[in-house]
Amino acid sequence: MKRGINLMTTLMAFLFVMSVSLPVLGADSIKIGVIGPMQFVQGKGHWNGATMAAEEVNARGGVKVGKKKMKIELVKADSNEFLNVTDATNAMEMLLSRDKVDFVVGGFRSEAVLAMQDIAMDYKKIFIGCGASHSKLCLRLAEDYDRYKYWFRLTPFNEKFLGQTTFIHLATVGAILKKSLNIPSVKVAIVAEKAMWVDPMIAAAKGVIPKFGMEVAGVWQPSQAATDVSAELSAIQRTEAPLIFTIISASVGIPFAKQAGELKIPAVQVGINVEAQKEGFWEATQGMGNYVMTMNTYARGVEPTEVTKAFMDKYIKKFGETPTYTADTYTAIIYMLVPVIEQAGTIDADKLIPIMETREFIGPASPIKMVSTPEGKPIHDLKWGPGYATSLGVQWQDGKLVGVWPNKWKATPEAPEITYKGIVPYKIPPWVIEKYKK
Amino acid sequence: MALDIIIAGLINGSTYALLAIGFSLIFGVARIVNIAHTAFYMVASYCIYLIVQKLGYHPMVGMLVAVPLITLLGLVCYKLFIDPIREHEAAVLIGTIALAIAIQEIMLLIFTGDYLSVPALIQGYFMIFDVKVFYQQLLTFVVALIILGALRLLLMNTKLGVAVRATANDREVANLMGINESRVAMITMGISVGLAAVTGSVVVPLTTISPFMWMHPLIMMMAVVVLGGLGSIKGSFAGAYILGFAEALVVFLIPMGSFLKGSVALSIMILVLLIRPEGLFGIAFEEER
Repeated sequence: MKRGINLMTTLMAFLFVMSVSLPVLGADSIKIGVIGPMQFVQGKGHWNGATMAAEEVNARGGVKVGKKKMKIELVKADSNEFLNVTDATNAMEMLLSRDKVDFVVGGFRSEAVLAMQDIAMDYKKIFIGCGASHSKLCLRLAEDYDRYKYWFRLTPFNEKFLGQTTFIHLATVGAILKKSLNIPSVKVAIVAEKAMWVDPMIAAAKGVIPKFGMEVAGVWQPSQAATDVSAELSAIQRTEAPLIFTIISASVGIPFAKQAGELKIPAVQVGINVEAQKEGFWEATQGMGNYVMTMNTYARGVEPTEVTKAFMDKYIKKFGETPTYTADTYTAIIYMLVPVIEQAGTIDADKLIPIMETREFIGPASPIKMVSTPEGKPIHDLKWGPGYATSLGVQWQDGKLVGVWPNKWKATPEAPEITYKGIVPYKIPPWVIEKYKK
Repeated sequence: MALDIIIAGLINGSTYALLAIGFSLIFGVARIVNIAHTAFYMVASYCIYLIVQKLGYHPMVGMLVAVPLITLLGLVCYKLFIDPIREHEAAVLIGTIALAIAIQEIMLLIFTGDYLSVPALIQGYFMIFDVKVFYQQLLTFVVALIILGALRLLLMNTKLGVAVRATANDREVANLMGINESRVAMITMGISVGLAAVTGSVVVPLTTISPFMWMHPLIMMMAVVVLGGLGSIKGSFAGAYILGFAEALVVFLIPMGSFLKGSVALSIMILVLLIRPEGLFGIAFEEER
């Protein structure tokens, strides 16, 4: 009798375990969490890119995992990270504990992504960053590889290279002004929002501007949420600087560009203005943001790689707008996850990581390679430079965001010239020409 | 540079004055600390955006539609959320904070967090001694002066004005004298929200529309009102220009610290309160009313 009860108990326990495990064993979908500030352009980019990738993979039958095909199932999570970092960590926790996703893509604000990264690492799930630039996100791998190896950065490259690229843009436009307008010494007004990531860039800019044969006219730091910067613009105009170097990621980028254009401040704008990367910028500035130049990842008609055009055409057809860099969730799924899962024949993160960290591939934005520290420790950060990620210099020209850099760019005097397909010449605003042309 | 500072100060001050006068009016009359005041300013901005950018009408049409519409919205909100708890000042304070956040979330759902803008009522700029000034900024300054003049006329030369002043002085006595104090409070709320809508209409082309655009003006407006003396309209007017000039001084004298302009303005407020706790034109004790 006792033996019968034991047998029954064992059988019931087995059936219970099976009933719990079967959905996993028999799961026919790969769950990917897409996390971002969904009420904002950045989050919309995350979701759009991921949606397009999932539809594309599912249309061809799914991902081949070993002998079976698995569909991609996306789970949307609003991180609300612009307003509240706690909301972001809660959203990540929900994705991993309640929705039980297999992978996570997205994230935008470094402060929020650092916190979200820890949660993903606790669950040992691969988290591909598509928005945050802080180098600490990757340097954590050098300190504790076993814990942070599940993190990969796909876009953008880290702040050191962001700075380096914008300084190249600054030098390029400075040289154009000198040559075209015969200005012997170009004064540069540095306009940077008040934020932590900006301070090292201001210090670096003050150092490199004299090396480019230019002069620092002053530094202005309006608040991130300023809506009226006409006083700052008046002060800049008094310095007679023909070049404004912007380091702005927040909403102040809109009033700054709009009011500078409306007041016809005789100075060109170069640098980072995240708002100017978005297609809504033209309308948001009422067209006054004409000739603003900023760093960006995509521009209509510009093809850094052979797969850019197909991606851009499809994205524009589907969503009616140019993708922002957060739409690289598409690249994360199509070029990063799917081929590696198919190669490994599993979705086990620990088996995918060794392949992901050594694999090079060509994405729509650039060729991608993960780098290591000089000591050889893998940090899963992007390789920057010619032949790899460089980003674009884009300029608003009469309502169109066009690519203007790299245009015959030489990384070193000996290096070959680089010009991406579709790049057009940089234009100086007519009111600046009028002021300086003798 | 002095002229730059004067012009920038007058422009900054005019925006704050427009917002602070309405806030001060409703506090003076009904003791309502309406934290949602700048949220109505934000809704007015969105309303104009909708009419101008989406429906394609002239900004003036947007303005003419937005002001009565938002005033009506303000009155509905007053009747539903504020009037039932009016006697409890702390509850009103918390209730209007909740109302403002609710309005923000509704706008976020409808318009998302994208930054938007509308064209100026009068495009372009003009020069005063080599300083570029937007026509829209001049309009803001003129409207601030007109509003102050109109409000003074209303309060001093009309029966409604007498009722408003009487209620502001002593609600109970006003009630005993046959003034329908509750009705006066509602009308004042209408005027106050109407002023927020007018401010939104005039200032919106100079700013960026977003669901969070109400927060910074709220802080500055509260600072202006406290500096000028709670409930004092002329105090609010003076306070607005003092803080406007303080901000302009920071931008021109400490360019690298221009993000501090708000903090410097608030520090001035604290300094004045240390010397004169009732504010510049405030009344020291409630009993003096």
